[in-house]
Amino acid sequence: MSEHIVQPKSYYKIFGALMVLTALTVVVAFFDFGALNDIVAMTIAVTKATLVILFFMHVFYSSRLTKTIVVAGFFWLAIMFVMIGSDYLSRGYVPRGITNYVERH
Amino acid sequence: MSAIDRTARDMPPATPGVKRIAEPRADERPGSNYLNNGYGWKSWLLTKDHKRIGILYLISISLFFALGGIYAGFIRLELLTPQSDLLQPATYNKVFTQHGIIMVFLFLVPSIPATLGNFLIPLMIGAKDLAFPRINLLSWYLLIIGAVFALGAMMYGGVDTGWTFYTPFSSTYSNTYVTATGIGIFVAGFSSILTGLNFIVTIHTMRAPGMTWFRMPLFVWAHYATSLIMILGTPVLAITISLMAFERVTRVGIFDPALGGDPILFQHLFWFYSHPAVYIMLLPGMGIISEIISTFSRKNIFGYKFVAFSSIAIAVFGFLVWGHHMFTTGQSVYAGLVFSFISYAVAVPSAIKVFNWSATLFRGSISYDTPMLYALGFLGLFTLGGMTGVFLAAIGLDVHVHDTYFVVAHFHYIMVGGTLLAYLGGLHYWWPKMFGRMYPEGWGRFSALVVFVGFNLTFFPQFLLGYLGMPRRYAAYPVDIPAFQVLHILSTAGATILGAGLVIPLIYLIWSLIGGPKAAGDPWMATGLEWRTASPPPTENFHETPVVTWNAYEYAPQEDMEVIGKTSPDDKPDRSSYSGA
Ligand SMILES: [Cu+2]
Repeated sequence: MSEHIVQPKSYYKIFGALMVLTALTVVVAFFDFGALNDIVAMTIAVTKATLVILFFMHVFYSSRLTKTIVVAGFFWLAIMFVMIGSDYLSRGYVPRGITNYVERH
Repeated sequence: MSAIDRTARDMPPATPGVKRIAEPRADERPGSNYLNNGYGWKSWLLTKDHKRIGILYLISISLFFALGGIYAGFIRLELLTPQSDLLQPATYNKVFTQHGIIMVFLFLVPSIPATLGNFLIPLMIGAKDLAFPRINLLSWYLLIIGAVFALGAMMYGGVDTGWTFYTPFSSTYSNTYVTATGIGIFVAGFSSILTGLNFIVTIHTMRAPGMTWFRMPLFVWAHYATSLIMILGTPVLAITISLMAFERVTRVGIFDPALGGDPILFQHLFWFYSHPAVYIMLLPGMGIISEIISTFSRKNIFGYKFVAFSSIAIAVFGFLVWGHHMFTTGQSVYAGLVFSFISYAVAVPSAIKVFNWSATLFRGSISYDTPMLYALGFLGLFTLGGMTGVFLAAIGLDVHVHDTYFVVAHFHYIMVGGTLLAYLGGLHYWWPKMFGRMYPEGWGRFSALVVFVGFNLTFFPQFLLGYLGMPRRYAAYPVDIPAFQVLHILSTAGATILGAGLVIPLIYLIWSLIGGPKAAGDPWMATGLEWRTASPPPTENFHETPVVTWNAYEYAPQEDMEVIGKTSPDDKPDRSSYSGA
């Protein structure tokens, strides 16, 4: 267990950063980036979540074992997203053989 | 230290190098054990002793199992005749849903880990308790609160979605108590997460001196793998059920296509948990089988590290195969191909275990005590269940038998033939440790055989029914296909025998608490640390912290046993089970 004592100052800094990022979320909502809309919004959200996990949840100061567990959790989330995403991505593909068959009948 | 060096005082001597670390017999030290250490209701309901919490779980899940069994009885009775005459179709829908929900979430998931795992893991690694005793008690209360929600919803009118809660029926169309049941499962899920967390921390940090990772019993390895799945998978179930309830209450489109959602997304999320959940139910059972087979063959387990790592491999690869439940949905055929391939691959670690158990039996000195009968039953039935699982991983065959009784038969071979048999075997094996009393061996063997026969007669006909096209979850079936009714009658007859086979142990196990002969600290002459303390164990498990100098399953060859004069040809080590103390 880490005995690291976090100074209140660093909490304020992180809090400030989170507020700035929240403001940024609102600001970018007024601009249309086309296909990039989702990516921009998600990037800001992920950055904020990372700050919370690393500093407010003390993972940054924790042991290697704790970090491993956290990384494993996100790796598992990635498995879920990638495999579900692969379904959505390829759901529209139909093998040529089947299209030909359908056209012929 | 060779077996000959040992003095008589070193007795329970199956293990070379066992240091005497605790009083082996309760009756040698007229002191307290965990059972007589306080009698009031507070001493049980507010206990932090992992052994007492294990007993609380044992009582509660036995009640849930009985309830789920009654629902199963109604299903089998209804299917005796082709018409839906005993139950209306709407009632039948509720009955099979309640059966599934109770058996999966309130019995199978907590069954082995929360009772035997809770009781035995600290004993097996030489710890005084689990790492977080209060959280352990909390997880029992969470299970009970979850059960109150689920069973309360049942009393108000029940649910008719099936235990799988498929959308959009569950989120839009069903007029039953879906949300309340969902809350129950959500809460019970946290019980499972906390149990897993407790096990992982305990296994990492509380092993006795000398208890290295590769000296741990395979039961502990199996629970470590199970705990990983509980922690990584269960939150996804909680989120999925919440999203379903959220859509139901707020009408925000997530899964319902009419609201702009995708119903297949629900199945992805649901099976991301629920396929690995099969291994939450099965892996602890596999741990029990490893213990029983090596004890009753008097042999070291064949390929210890392979069995240990195959548990971990199952936990990891089990997360990559969920799409095999969705071959007949609109899931992409390419995703289906990948899921099919990985599903074949996940059979490999299970097969490793089966081969290694068989190799352990080879040239062992086998005795057919009750736990061993259950273990041998497991070996056959799990193989059948697993092999039919490989059938179902093949897309072509799956399209033919999807949602038929073939699938029902397959997963009952895994869940009943696998998990339930392992659980019963483990319960008999550790019963003397838990309560300090022996069960009647003759009745034990008899009921093990009745369960085996009843089980096969119940579920084997269902493979045939499914292959002939009988769909699951229907209250009626065609009269003009006579085979359907014949097979259903066979199945119901088998269920009756199975039910009787389960009532017999209930009676004699309860009887044994009062009338059974007193058990020794180590009635099976086994090697594990849990047998190096009294039966029942003292509250602090061991009077002194044990120091481990031997490997799990270091059974002395039969010849050594004879040299030290502890066994004569007609006094085999296993005989001690009859003589009691
Ligand atoms: Cu599956």
